[in-house]
Amino acid sequence: MTALDARVVVRRPTFTLDVTITATPGEVIAVLGPNGAGKSTLLGVLAGLLRPSEGHMRLGDADVTDVPPHRRGVGLLAQQALLFPHMTALANVAFGPRAHGVPRRAAEERARELLTAVDAAALEGRRPAQMSGGQQQRVALARALAPDPDLLLLDEPLAALDVDAAPALRSLLRRIVRDRKQTALLVTHSALDALVLADRVVVLTEGRAVEAGPARDVLARPRSPFTARIAGLDLVPGVVTGDALRTADGATVAGRIDGVADGEPGVAVFPPAAVAVYAEKPSGSPRNVLPVRLAALEPVGDLVRLRAVARPGGPLWVDGLAADVTAAAMAELMVEPGADLWFVVKAAEVAIHGVRGS
Amino acid sequence: MRIRALAAIGAASALLLTACASGATAAPATQAAAPQTLTVLAAASLTETFNALGKQFETDHPGVSVKFNYAGSSDLAQQIVNGAPADVFAAASDATMKTVTDADLTAAKPVTFAKNVLQIATPPGNPKKIATFADLAKPDVKVVVCAPQVPCGAAEQKIEKATGTALKPVSQESDVKSVLSKVETGDADAGLVYVTDVNSAGDKVQGVNFPEASQASTNYPIAVLKNAPAGDLANQFLTTVTGEQGLKALEQAGFAKP
Amino acid sequence: MTTTRQPVTRRGVGLPRVLWVPAALAFAIIALPVVGLVLKANWARMPELLVSDSALDALRLSLETAAISTALCIVLGGPLAAVLARGNPPALPILRSVVLLPLVLPPVVGGLALLYLVGRSGFVGKALDLWFGITVPFTTAAVVLAQTFVALPFLVVSLEGALRTAGQRYEAVAATLGASPTLAFRRITVPLVLPGLASGTVLAFARCLGEFGATTAFAGSLQGTTRTLPLLVYLERETDVDAAVALSLVLVVVAVAVIAVTRPRGSEGLS
Repeated sequence: MTALDARVVVRRPTFTLDVTITATPGEVIAVLGPNGAGKSTLLGVLAGLLRPSEGHMRLGDADVTDVPPHRRGVGLLAQQALLFPHMTALANVAFGPRAHGVPRRAAEERARELLTAVDAAALEGRRPAQMSGGQQQRVALARALAPDPDLLLLDEPLAALDVDAAPALRSLLRRIVRDRKQTALLVTHSALDALVLADRVVVLTEGRAVEAGPARDVLARPRSPFTARIAGLDLVPGVVTGDALRTADGATVAGRIDGVADGEPGVAVFPPAAVAVYAEKPSGSPRNVLPVRLAALEPVGDLVRLRAVARPGGPLWVDGLAADVTAAAMAELMVEPGADLWFVVKAAEVAIHGVRGS
Repeated sequence: MRIRALAAIGAASALLLTACASGATAAPATQAAAPQTLTVLAAASLTETFNALGKQFETDHPGVSVKFNYAGSSDLAQQIVNGAPADVFAAASDATMKTVTDADLTAAKPVTFAKNVLQIATPPGNPKKIATFADLAKPDVKVVVCAPQVPCGAAEQKIEKATGTALKPVSQESDVKSVLSKVETGDADAGLVYVTDVNSAGDKVQGVNFPEASQASTNYPIAVLKNAPAGDLANQFLTTVTGEQGLKALEQAGFAKP
Repeated sequence: MTTTRQPVTRRGVGLPRVLWVPAALAFAIIALPVVGLVLKANWARMPELLVSDSALDALRLSLETAAISTALCIVLGGPLAAVLARGNPPALPILRSVVLLPLVLPPVVGGLALLYLVGRSGFVGKALDLWFGITVPFTTAAVVLAQTFVALPFLVVSLEGALRTAGQRYEAVAATLGASPTLAFRRITVPLVLPGLASGTVLAFARCLGEFGATTAFAGSLQGTTRTLPLLVYLERETDVDAAVALSLVLVVVAVAVIAVTRPRGSEGLS
């Protein structure tokens, strides 16, 4: 039995969203995509708050395509907790059941259960203004679960939390969603969220799904630049030729072939940490030597990530590639954005795998 | 810097305001060659009549412009008592003129220059067939009168007492024009207003005379004010109003002889 | 010895000092005339003036009609504000301009308009008379109608502004939790705009209390039935200025009391 079967088509001036999503009961699907890809629109349509141009939606046996949001059984947890400011945490969580006709006492009992489940029992009598961001999100989660929705939508629920609060809520979400076998759709920017929380991943770009599959597979073997970016990996597209990948302009990237035949379209993927950076072109053993221009520097933990952009006259596919170096190495290099550099990566560190057509 | 500029603007505006305010009461010494203005405060019911008299006065006295301020007499009296500059005051009742004489602000004793007499006003066609004052007391007649605090109301009360007829009006208005407007729309079956009001309303209302009206007429006094900036002109205007020209104009409007 | 915490005062940030000058002037324009009234009042006669039959009747009538009119404004104006703010009605700018008309029309004109519509010669008035035998002018109902007419825009505009600012995010969340539009309106929208509603109500009530022109043109002036306090003031000024001043001060005191009691403490509801 499918818990969710939906096709959502929304025609906008800038793009058309056209995506089909299915889920089995208890499955968690992560939707990844850049800003403007249509993720929020997708959630809006699934919740019943936005009207699609076309499409259908079935939850279990019921066709909910034309059902208004308050009768649809789809819950929503957003970036902002949006707890009702004039009610206590208990009243907030009890709101859903009471809206469904559950008598007040029973609704409050249920609310207390859920507040305990999200480790927020002590907050029962507090108003939202008296809680931290993390606490509010916990209560908001309990509130969204209280009416026992058939489908739970999570719109980047951890994005507004600070670095300390996010991990706790992430593991709470994982625990609760799995324990209750809640079918859920999670929109996120974070590969970590997707890996921890989701069974399957769908990558949405400009309104279309460009990749889909089990979370670990999609992120370990990204097939599109955006997915690679999300997964924190470098990616170069091309055609598999011998034991290398031939790019559009004829250059080759050597690497380990991973289950793809000669002549098929593929991508070469490698982690930024595997990239060595030189100020002058190195001579020596044949490795992948890529001419780049430094576009920007970002701190990543203890390391410095250098972002590349194509040099005038150089290969275009180096655009957006990243190399991680230590701060000490950075100091030695003494370069600034605009400088010409060489990214060098060993073939052994490059994985070449196939893509599902275009 | 900016505060200084603001202070300068503030001072300038203050000066301007005081100049305007005191402009009217500027020293009357410099009257000789400048075009002269006569300021007349008059009750609203005198509007058409005095406008005509004023125009005639301006023609007869070249270089003079007559400025009228028409309002309720009690308001005008209050303004005079509180220092409003004017030359002549023509009131619609003895009571309101008394306010001014009590404050010792008239140059001489006021003169009654006209009388106004009440008349019943009905919507065109007189739907309720009102013919006498007593008809106004009929239960199905909606009659509107002036409140006793205003002159036409005081007159109406007098007539009620004199005739022994008690009216049950649906409204006691604060000014006679309000009574008139309620009759014009037909919401009142009848209203007690002055003859001059019925005349000025033309064919929007119908007038019904009743004999008792003459028992309670309202005096219209006129007086030159003390400290009038244009004292001579004021006296001349008074003469015009009380003279033949004035009497004719007033009679035309419906006023009774003083 | 405990150290008392001194509040940290800001420096160099905040209101430009220069603004205090026009602000003081504006306050003076409002406050000084009222002070003038107080100074003019005849305090010796005050007791007798205030307990006269006409004064008590007028006060009672003013309070009763203002209360009813304000309630009407809430019951009718509230939904209108909601429709304007969130209903996406057609020709919204035109609708809103019409709603603001009573603010722009001189009240007497408004009263006359009501008379032409609901009076004997008006088409609504004729219908009422024909079908129900009801005439409206000269009744207390006419006073309520006149007050409601002039006060509605205050409530509608105030509340519409509050509703727009509040947005509809909470209502969307409520919908996903299972609340029908009616339930969401009752339990989410209304509680969240209570501060805006309260300030709109105060404005409307004050306007009803002070209403004069439309009342006198439409309802007339009769003690106990239609002569509200402002109408009595207008009448008394003809013969007894002391009484007019005394009654005006009563109006001032009532208005101040209402505002003091119901003044909402800012936008506390939407933190």
